[in-house]
Amino acid sequence: MNGEEGPVAVAERTPLVEMRGINVAFGGVHAVREVSIDLHAGEVIGLVGGNGAGKSTLMRVLSGAHPADTGEILVEGSEVTIKNPRDAKAQNIETIYQTLALADNIDSVSNLFLGREKMTPWRTLDDHFMEVQARKVFHRLNRNFTNIRVPVRRLSGGQRQVVAISRALYFNARILIMDEPCAALGPEETAMVGGLVKQLKADGVGIFLITHDMPDVFSLSDRLAVMKNGKLVGTYRTTDVTEDEVLGMIIAGKRPEGKEQAHHAETAALS
Amino acid sequence: MANVADIGPVAGQVEPPARRSIRGLVAQTEVDFRLFGMLIALAVILLAFHIVSGGKFIQPNNMLTLAVQAAGIAIISTGMVLVIVSRNIDLSVGSLVGLIAMSYAVLMTDWFPNIFGLVPDTPFLWVLALAMGIGIGAAIGAFQGFIIAYIGVPSFIVTLGGLLTIRGLVWYQSNGAAVNGLDKTFLLIGGGAQGSVGGLLTWVIALVGSIAIIAILINSRRQRRRYGFPVRPMWAEIVLGVAGCAAIVGVAWFANNNFWPQGLANRVAVEQNWGPAPAGGWKIPTGFPFPIVLLIGVTIVMTWIATRRKFGRYVYAYGGNPDAAELAGINTRWTILKTYVLMGILCALAAAIVSARLNGASLDIGDTYELLVISAAVIGGTSFAGGIGTIPGAVLGAFVVFSLKYGLSFVGVNSPGQNVVVGIVLVVAVGLDTINRRRGT
Repeated sequence: MNGEEGPVAVAERTPLVEMRGINVAFGGVHAVREVSIDLHAGEVIGLVGGNGAGKSTLMRVLSGAHPADTGEILVEGSEVTIKNPRDAKAQNIETIYQTLALADNIDSVSNLFLGREKMTPWRTLDDHFMEVQARKVFHRLNRNFTNIRVPVRRLSGGQRQVVAISRALYFNARILIMDEPCAALGPEETAMVGGLVKQLKADGVGIFLITHDMPDVFSLSDRLAVMKNGKLVGTYRTTDVTEDEVLGMIIAGKRPEGKEQAHHAETAALS
Repeated sequence: MANVADIGPVAGQVEPPARRSIRGLVAQTEVDFRLFGMLIALAVILLAFHIVSGGKFIQPNNMLTLAVQAAGIAIISTGMVLVIVSRNIDLSVGSLVGLIAMSYAVLMTDWFPNIFGLVPDTPFLWVLALAMGIGIGAAIGAFQGFIIAYIGVPSFIVTLGGLLTIRGLVWYQSNGAAVNGLDKTFLLIGGGAQGSVGGLLTWVIALVGSIAIIAILINSRRQRRRYGFPVRPMWAEIVLGVAGCAAIVGVAWFANNNFWPQGLANRVAVEQNWGPAPAGGWKIPTGFPFPIVLLIGVTIVMTWIATRRKFGRYVYAYGGNPDAAELAGINTRWTILKTYVLMGILCALAAAIVSARLNGASLDIGDTYELLVISAAVIGGTSFAGGIGTIPGAVLGAFVVFSLKYGLSFVGVNSPGQNVVVGIVLVVAVGLDTINRRRGT
């Protein structure tokens, strides 16, 4: 599980996650159609597409926020049922939502541990333990973040982001979904998120990165998957395509000519 | 929890606000400023009536009567806080109190003797009655909570339906008649001279309370030190400890200055052979009435549930952001359902107090309770936007409402006049709060 194994080693492993033939419909709107995608340990997949392309919906299937109508999900080769966020977390699938999904009225420590509180033997909340742990993990991401006992409503955008990211870090995400992680951040904090992605990747975490920001996709992802109108247009090695070609796929849904798709990391690694 | 001692003080700790204002000083004691303000407001209200009535208002008998009247509403309002915090409402509490009060009356006058064959004054009959009342409250709460949480009908609608339906069922319980004559022991739940714990036990309660306050302060300081968290300044700890103990001892002393009425004392003295009355008559302190003891217990337990238990945290998290709570993997539906079960249980306790005070139940018992309970919670700082509200705040809110009602009636204002004042205070209190919050954040 370290980043120095190189791409060839990737080819011999079972994918960390495989999503096969995923369909999601809201009423008459087919938000995700027959999408299949896989992700390997230590790999970053950039998931791109216009608004309403279905990328967030696809990821909500994986994070348990919205179960798929049909299709299957395999984690390390065995099929799993993900019907709600608890199921996803049980597979160490963590999600950093675009909205951050924080309860504004409670403090950052409570938000970090929300749904996974550490209890004392008397079945009460072990707030002291949780505060110590929270300080450690927040400190890793932002040394100046100390007012951790105020409601998160009073925190800055960057600090709120730290709380959201800390959930994935503290609970040892194996599969991490990041939905527009830098949308609300300044340059410094964006760089911090970029550094974090590289670090987690080196630790063998598989990451789905949803973003609109082309420089982010090209600097952070190994492969990129383009969606349009709920369908997967194509999956390519990031180094095989140009920004213009990606934009062409996002806007027109047109695959670039003469470029080989990389639906699996294997092909990507071996080609 | 290994190596806790290794963790040194954390660098860059935020200093508590050092402003030399009242607000700054209160902040250093970490006492909720809002709660502090409400205590002051309550004191001002009581003092005002004291002055207007020519110095006759603040005396043990009046204050204990006021507290007993407020107890039922205060008990239910602790649950209403959790319901409103989680963005719901319960309009059915008044009817539910009516139904359960009538159940107590029907059980004790009809079912227990005629169906279960239990002769009147069987020991622990009151326990059986109370248990059945709590069961009825919990079941109806669970049923309404299920419709709200799992089927998704808005709580306003479900409990409005509950208000009408349950009040109607009260009529069928007794075929439209008022029912009187409850178990003798059960009547003690309602308070009064005999329904009080007595002088000695009141002092014991005060002593235990004082020791608990000091123990909690010391323990919390030691814990925070151990983990390297910031602690309150020493003067603040001492002020809190002294003020807390003084308040408890003062209230106990005050309650023990309320004495049994002479007539009752003389009668019981004859019944129980106490011997001849001393010169100046019997002076038997009543101490805390049982409804007050029950309220203190409920307040402590509910505060503990709201702040120390997972369930309480989930209620607040859901109120702050329902989606976030769901995505965090919280079983939000189950959490909401449980708030209504709690509500039913609290209604059963309040119904016990009110039916015991009346030695029975009438058809309109608990009428408009929902309005008083919601007023208490809201005056106590609970926000309809969800996520904000405290249990002690709601209890104080109930006392504010009943101080106004009782004080106004004491100085001769009739019931409609009391409603006018309480209504205005409700809107003004929330208005001030809204302005304050807008400035604060």
